[in-house]
Amino acid sequence: MPSFLDLKGYGHLLIDGAMITLSVGVAAMAVALSLGIMGALARLSSHAALRGLGTTYATVIRGIPELVLMLLVYYGGTVLLQWLLSLGGGDVRVDLNAFLAGTLVLGFVYGAYATEIFRGAFLAIPKGQVEAAHAYGMTNGQVFFRIKLPQAWRLAIPGLGNLWLTLLKATSITSVIGLTELARQADLIKAPTKMPFTVFFAASLLYLAMTAISDLVRIRAERWASSGFRRS
Amino acid sequence: MLGPFDLALVWSSLPELASGLVVTLQLTLLTILGGIVLSVPLGVLRSAPSKWVSGPIWAYTYFFRGTPMLIQLFLIYYGLAQFKAVRGSGLWFILREGYWCCLIAFTLNTAAYTIEIIAGALRNVPLADIEAARAMGMSPFAILRRIKFPIALRILFPAYTNEVVFILQSTSLASLVTVMDLTGVARVIIARTFSPYELFITIGLVYLALTYLTLWGFRRVEAHLYRHLRGRPVAVVEGPALR
Repeated sequence: MPSFLDLKGYGHLLIDGAMITLSVGVAAMAVALSLGIMGALARLSSHAALRGLGTTYATVIRGIPELVLMLLVYYGGTVLLQWLLSLGGGDVRVDLNAFLAGTLVLGFVYGAYATEIFRGAFLAIPKGQVEAAHAYGMTNGQVFFRIKLPQAWRLAIPGLGNLWLTLLKATSITSVIGLTELARQADLIKAPTKMPFTVFFAASLLYLAMTAISDLVRIRAERWASSGFRRS
Repeated sequence: MLGPFDLALVWSSLPELASGLVVTLQLTLLTILGGIVLSVPLGVLRSAPSKWVSGPIWAYTYFFRGTPMLIQLFLIYYGLAQFKAVRGSGLWFILREGYWCCLIAFTLNTAAYTIEIIAGALRNVPLADIEAARAMGMSPFAILRRIKFPIALRILFPAYTNEVVFILQSTSLASLVTVMDLTGVARVIIARTFSPYELFITIGLVYLALTYLTLWGFRRVEAHLYRHLRGRPVAVVEGPALR
């Protein structure tokens, strides 16, 4: 370990925290991508109810700070579960798992942004291709998996790269519900080391390393996604 | 206490929430003002052809765009106390206040993003327009003021609208450093009454309304400013996008 990260022997805790940051980020990204594809399909659906549901989800969630949603789900969820379980009689104590709650809330929030990204991607696929596929006798499912989804991925890549970078930084919010990711670890060791600036600066460099590497991957992915397409 | 949504509690909390709302709006407004003051000159320098000029500014924006705002806030709020020189300085009475630390952290953060927005817009001003201005004999400063700024403003308007909404929502982080903004007030009331649902849903709706009001207002201004253009923007409100 580089010596500037030693921090009087507490430095390894930051590395542990960074690992949890990455895990919660990846898990939340998977949730966000799934919700995003479903949300986009709902928004583009021919059923008015589904369209309404998809639009409401994307509109409402993007209008509320993720910190407020995180606190609402974690503390509200605890109270709600306690109430539901106590209906069966007796006093029940519930502790929500912070990793699970953090993953679900971040996935839910960034799923709303992913919905918009995928919606744009699906809309950008020429109608003629879908009509041609139907003319070949493909079912709706086949059209989706063979024509729409493979191209939507490619078109969505620039937006999704940005989504990942934003989500990765937003994982720091999970520290407020007690998940010992990077920001929380830094918060915990700032007192025993008596070096708050050094600790938070070291944490910020770890975040920077993660976002810088992600950014490089994003640039390569964008190049890959646009290969074979002429640039204007 | 649980069961139905306690509307009476929400009603009785409104005065306190209103005082929190004022702090939220204040923080948002001052952050935006500070961000503009910093980012207009630095945005111009960032778009300068010389690497010696734009490089250091890039380093600043790269750091602030690559790390979480929460860490930046903690770096200032908790971090600065590590230095005796800061604690002993006349500025300490400001730097130990959560409110001022928020203003500093939020301003540095939004400035970093806004510098890139401005520099990107300046780079996208059509070269032909600049050449025409040069041929007319305008000085570089006149070109900046009369040609580059107005065109760049039009280009950056949608992205900047989005930035304002992002700052509005991010001010909720202030509640983590003892500031009594909308979120801070709600958390204090919840600690007293154990009613997370009522309060968080209420302030969630307030943020929601503020977000779409802001988007709507900026779209109206944009549509009004550029009403003379073909393909002018229409005042349709799309939701916030990522930065």
